[in-house]
Order: sequence, then C-alpha cells, then structure tokens
Amino acid sequence: MLVSALNIVINGLLLGGLYALVAMGLNLQYGVARVLNIAHGEFIMLGAFITWAMYTKFGINPLLSIVIVGPIVFIIGFIIQRTLFTSLRTSAPSQPAFEGSSMLASFGLLFIIQNVALIIWGGDMRAYSYYNFGINLGGAVFAANRLIALIFAVVIGIAFYIFLVRTRIGKAIRAAAEDPTTAGIMGVNINLVLALCFGLGAVMAGLAGVFLSMCFPIYPVMGLEYLIITLIVVVLGGLGSIPGSFIGGFILGLIGSAVSSWQPSLALAAYYFIFMLLLIIRPKGILGK
Amino acid sequence: MDIIRGVFKMPRLWWLISLILLVLLATLPLYGSAYTVILITAIIMYVILTVSWTMFFAPTGYLSLATAAFFGIGIYTMAILGEQLPLLPAVIAGGLVSFVVALIVGAITLRLRGVYFTIFTFGLVELIKHLLLFWEINVTGTRGRFVVLENNNTIFGVILGIFVVLMLTYYLLRRSKYGLALRSIGENEEAAAHLGVNVNLLKVFTFALSAFFMGAAGAIMATRWTYVDPYVAFNVLHSFLPVLMAIFGGMSQLYSPIIGAVIFAYIEEQLLTRFPEYFMLIFGVILVVAILYLPNGLVGLVRKWWQKGLREENVNS
Amino acid sequence: MSILEGEGVTKYFGGLAAVSDVDFHVDQSEIVGLIGPNGAGKTTLFNTISAAIAPRPGVIRFKGKRITGLKPYQVCRMGIARTFQSVKVFNNMPVFENVRLGSFFGTATRMSSAESAKEAEELLDFVGLSAMNTTLAGDLTLVNQKRLEVARALATKPELLLIDELMAGLNNTEVAQAMKLVTSIRDKGITIFMIEHVMKAIMGVCDRIMVLHHGVKIAEGTPQQVATSQTVVEVYLGE
Ligand SMILES: Nc1ncnc2c1ncn2[C@@H]1O[C@H](COP(=O)(O)OP(=O)(O)O)[C@@H](O)[C@H]1O
Ligand SMILES: [Mg+2]
Repeated sequence: MLVSALNIVINGLLLGGLYALVAMGLNLQYGVARVLNIAHGEFIMLGAFITWAMYTKFGINPLLSIVIVGPIVFIIGFIIQRTLFTSLRTSAPSQPAFEGSSMLASFGLLFIIQNVALIIWGGDMRAYSYYNFGINLGGAVFAANRLIALIFAVVIGIAFYIFLVRTRIGKAIRAAAEDPTTAGIMGVNINLVLALCFGLGAVMAGLAGVFLSMCFPIYPVMGLEYLIITLIVVVLGGLGSIPGSFIGGFILGLIGSAVSSWQPSLALAAYYFIFMLLLIIRPKGILGK
Repeated sequence: MDIIRGVFKMPRLWWLISLILLVLLATLPLYGSAYTVILITAIIMYVILTVSWTMFFAPTGYLSLATAAFFGIGIYTMAILGEQLPLLPAVIAGGLVSFVVALIVGAITLRLRGVYFTIFTFGLVELIKHLLLFWEINVTGTRGRFVVLENNNTIFGVILGIFVVLMLTYYLLRRSKYGLALRSIGENEEAAAHLGVNVNLLKVFTFALSAFFMGAAGAIMATRWTYVDPYVAFNVLHSFLPVLMAIFGGMSQLYSPIIGAVIFAYIEEQLLTRFPEYFMLIFGVILVVAILYLPNGLVGLVRKWWQKGLREENVNS
Repeated sequence: MSILEGEGVTKYFGGLAAVSDVDFHVDQSEIVGLIGPNGAGKTTLFNTISAAIAPRPGVIRFKGKRITGLKPYQVCRMGIARTFQSVKVFNNMPVFENVRLGSFFGTATRMSSAESAKEAEELLDFVGLSAMNTTLAGDLTLVNQKRLEVARALATKPELLLIDELMAGLNNTEVAQAMKLVTSIRDKGITIFMIEHVMKAIMGVCDRIMVLHHGVKIAEGTPQQVATSQTVVEVYLGE
C-alpha cells in the first residue's frame, strides 16, 4: 500500500516535471506574445525526434541533444514570431482579433510541422533505450532515465524562472508582458522581445521533448495529446502565470499518475474532467490574477 | 453595368438562382455517376458543418471547436439507434441528442470568454471520445460498432434535405430580430443585456441549434461508413476544417461559408486521393495564407475587386 | 410615491465597500442627481439598480416590487433603462439598428418590425441624430455616441432612466443641449436618476441631489441645500 503510494507520487513528479516545463513555455508565449500556440506540442515532437535520430544514427548522448535541439527550435520559433505573428499583430484591428487569428494560424503551423515530420520520419512509434535500469527508492522501482529527466526538467524550469526575474532581458520580457506600449516607450524593442519569448517558449517544449524521448515511446502525431495536457496545466496554473504553470504541471502529473494506477484508460478523461471543472469554478486558475 | 449591380439587390433573382441550383442538385442521381454523388455528399457534409459553425461564430465571435463533438454524437446516435428506428427519425434523433448536449454544455460554458471558451470546447471533443472509449472497452466490451448501411442516393437525399433546412434556418435567423441581438452580443454583451436581450438564453439556444445540424449530419454520414469507433467519430479535424473553410470563404454573406466549404472540400478530396502524404502540409499552408491575406475570405476579396471595378467603370463613363 | 427605493444597499469589492448601507428613493417624475468624488461608488450603485451586480446585503424595489436577484434583461423590461459612463455602443452596427435593438427586446410588450422602425426613427430625431441613421456607431463622435446611448435606452420605453455622466467631456454648448435633452425626457413622463460631475448642469436640472462619499450617503436635499452643506463642501474641497 505504502509502496504503491510512493510509486504514484514518484511517477507523478516525473510526469509533472515535464508538464511543468512545456506549460511554462506555452505560458510565456501566451503571456507575452499573446499567441495561444496550438503548435506548441509539435515542438515537443521535434525535440523528441531530433534526439531519437541523433542517438540512433550517430550515437549522440540524448542529454547532449539539448545543445542541438535548443538552438534549432529557438530559431524556428523566433522566425515564426518575426514573420507570421508580427504581421498578424500589426494588421489586427484589436487584441481579441489578434488572439483569434494567431491561434488559428498556429493550427496551420501544427498541420505543417506534423506533416513535415511524417515525411521525414514516417508514422511509426519509436523508442530507444537509455539508462533504462530500475532504481529502487524505498520499495518503489522506476527507470533511471525518468529520474534524469525529472532533475533536468526541474533545473531548467528553475533556471528559466531566475533568468526572467534577475536578468536584464528577463526584466524586459516581464515589462513587455505587463504593458507592451509603455515597455516600447521605455526603450524595449518590443518585436525583438516578443520573438525572443516565442523562441524561448519553443525551447522549453523542445527540451521537454528531449527528456520525454528518453522515457516514453514517441510518434509524429504525439504533439496534440501533449498540447491538450499542456493547455490543461496552463489553465490550472492560470493563463499568464509562469510559477502557476510550474506548480500546475506537478499537480496534474500527480493526479494523472494516481488515476493511471487505478484505471489507465481513464487518465486522459480525468484530465479533461478536472480541466472543465476548473474552467467553470475558477477560470483564472490557481495563481491567476 | 447597372443591370448587373441591380442583380445584387434583387432577392427574387437570388431565390430563382438558388432554386435552379437546388433542382440541379436534387436530380443529380438521375444524371450523375455514383462517384459524383458520393463526392457531392461529402462536400455537402462539410458545407453543413461550416455553415452551422458560422451561424454561431459570425455574429457572436465565440469560437467553438466542439463541432467534432456534436458531429460525433450524431454518428454514435445512429450507430446505436440505427437498427431500432427508421432512417429519418434516427437522423433527427442524432440532431436532437447533439442539441441537448449543446444546451447543457452551453449553459455551463458560455459564461467563459475568448480563448477559455475555445479551449473548453476543444477539450470537450477529447473528453467525450475518451469517456466513450472507456465505456466501450470496460462496459460493453467493444471497440467500435457496425452501422446499418444505406444506399448512396438515399444518403445524398437526406443530406441535401438537412442542408436546405439549415440554409432556411440561417437565412431567417439572420434577418430576424434575434440575428440583430446575436450581433449585439458579439459587439458588447453587457450593453445587450441592459437593453433587454436575454443574452444567456439566446447564446445557448443558438449554440444548440447549430449543434442540431452538426449532429444530424453526423447521423446520416454514419450510414456511409459502416464501421465507427470513437477515434473515427470524434476526429478533431472535423472541428478544425469548418473553421478553416469559413475563414477561407468569408462569413459576411449567407453564401460565403458555402463557397469556402465547397472549394475547400473539393481541394481536400483531390489532395487526399492524389497526394495523401502532403495533404496536411498543403492544408496548413492554405490556412496560414488565408489568415494572412484573406481577412474577409475569398468572397470578401472578390467583392472588393468587384466594387473597385464598378467604381473605375463609373469614373470612365 | 417612490418609483425606486433602496434599503441598506451595500457592495463590497474584496475587502473594500464600494457602496455602504445606502438608503435612497426616487419619486415619480423627479430628476434626482447623484454626485460625489471619483471612486465614491456612484456607478456601482447604478450597477446594483440595473442588476449588473447584486447588492449584498440590501434590497431594491421598483414600483413596490423587489428587483434584487433579477437579471439585467428582466430589470430592463420592467422599465429601468441605463446609459454607461464608458460608452458601450455597438460599434459595427448602424446607429439605427443600435436603437432598434432596444425597442425589439427591452420593452414590456412585443413590438412589430414596423412599429419599432418608426419608434427608432422618432427617437433618433429626438436626440438629434436623425441625419446619421446609417452611420456605424463606432464612427460617431463621443458626444453623438452618448446621445445614441440615450436614444437606445429610451427605445426600451423605460419609466426610469439611469444616466451615468452624460456630460463629461462636452463643451459649454453641448452641455446646454444635454441639459435640455434631460428635461425634455422628463417631460415625456420619464423619471430620471443621473450621475454628473458638471455642477452647473446638475444644479440646473435636478429637483433633488444625493451625495456619495467613500460609498456612504453623506448628504441629500435640494440643489440649494446641498450646495451650502458644510460636509459636502468639505468633501469636495478636501479632495
Ligand atoms: N468590478 C469592480 N471590481 C473591483 N472594484 C471595483 C469594481 N467596480 C468598481 N470598483 C471600485 O469601487 C469603487 C467605486 O467605483 P465607482 O462606482 O466606479 O465610482 P464612481 O462611479 O463614483 O467614480 C472604486 O474604488 C472602484 O475601484
Ligand atoms: Mg462612475
């Protein structure tokens, strides 16, 4: 009994770390650039597949893939924001109009990225074995790769938060999130900051993909499933609240792990159920303003 | 030029054109090949989904992604009731079940604004899909169901019927005072409420009305597919495609979403048969391009050219 | 007889009482003014009357019937119409349709399409907007948008009209026109409860004035009494 409870908690934390990372990325994009990026899950998929390809083709250590995946997805995200979303932003008559059109455009991106991945890597499920031995923690046994993934996810999540709070660029980003017009007047290059945010958001998703590929099987259409979980986490923590996403990720990971241990096929249904309940009771989320 | 301009102000001529097109369509099985009938059935299905989605979105600005949910509910209703009920009552039942689910969902969710509403409706499709999967695996012990097969011409007739009823409904709604009230809700909900509009009731009812047509379309289409499971019935593409088609065609005129859906559904059919592996890619590119360069849709663009042409002509004469 | 009465009307936002235990009444065919510094709770009080928010605690009665707990559309159909401090016209709808919406949905009895069209035209004429029937409301100047809000509210055939800062931002001529508009609405038999900052206007048209400060009613009386009240002068000078 105690062991199974421990198992649930540990697995929940592992999942939660990944969810937290992805959700922070999505929240950065929505909170600052005001793009609810439906293609966010595709960056997870890209990160996962690049890692898998590097490992199986060239034997590159998955953890080393961080420095390959990071820059690639950052550049993709940066360019998308500078071209597509900047142009939509300047032509939109109002903020809600922009939020609508950018969300729809990101659907288009989802289709494009997913299709390109299918062409390159095919539709099969892939997996590789990395640090795949059991670790015994107080009776609960789980794979070592999950522990590595969790540690990295947490470290990156916290590092990112410190970057936002402490550094000059981080402060500019937060200023832009609070009030884009004033930030613009105060000498913040708003277009650059938005592109930076979008790129960084993509990096969070891409890196989550790297860790994810070490623990779970991957497939080209996996993005949508993770996107939906991410949306739930973001709503749970509050749209626009980065710490909220971090906490929300762990909460959802724990809930998912608990439900899975009882009735695996109901985990996703449970997520949606919580999500819908939350939207009705407290749409602002746990830490939303 | 005056005559052509006058045409656009002559509803009677519009009626005549619509009637002629309708007769041509209704008699299609007499002169068209089986392939054509099946193709046009698929196109009309998309037209129904697109127009009923537009019916709610265009005036109110509430972007729903629950189309696949209501469509899927229609499909499952047919799968379950198809053997007990005759075809038409089963189709209507599909619409009614969707209508009722939409009433309940709408009553809970239509207080949510903006992206929250959209996320919620998006989640609804997945929620129903997974609950159904759970139900099928754990309770009924199945993974899918067989549906009573119908003759292609019958399916075509029914779907055409749904389309006609939908267009009449949308036409009347747009012209009525409720159409005006829906637009005022899209403009400023608070002001609408203080001017005597029962905002919640009107929103929920219109949402449910649009769901009725989606459900009816799902019910009749189920009879073409013979075998359905939750993945087939609740395919998120059925939520995205209508949005895309409406954006592509535009939403300002009664006929704009139809044009978007017809062109797009035809392209889809061609892409799927010729370049299935590039289908989504092309699709995504069209969506992005349409959002970037066609803010008022294809119809809006043509009307702009048209009016510009008229003005230049006037200057020249 | 009082057409509108409030007892102990209170509204908290967080820990702050925006309106605090206010008793008030408006009599048939009166023009009552509501004044007070910014943030005094005037708009909030109007919101409780028009059912945009519910007072807690507190009771509001209209023509003797309790209206607390009703929905905004119900209160409107019972005969209370309002305008908004921050204009809320339907920007992308023509002026004419803005007004028609009110006559279609806000009246107690159903109206045919022809009747409502006639009604809307008369009202636009009444507020001086008849030349702009087909203009989009969003293209009007602020003054005209405010006039449109009045016409739109009148289209619901109210017995009581709540006007929130009709004259803010208007020049002298426009203020004079607005004052005339207010008195001529009353001459139609409609009772008026109005929030106003322009002192000249409020002193000129009101039969009675209430003063709100930090959510509390601190004075009430004829314009004369209020203008000479020691507490009122202190509040305004102490700002
Ligand atoms: N929806 C709201 N949420 C929170 N506080 C509010 C809200 N509406 C008004 N307030 C607060 O209530 C107080 C009274 O506001 P208001 O009624 O608008 O004042 P007035 O109209 O007299 O200028 C102010 O302190 C304002 O900030
Ligand atoms: Mg005010």
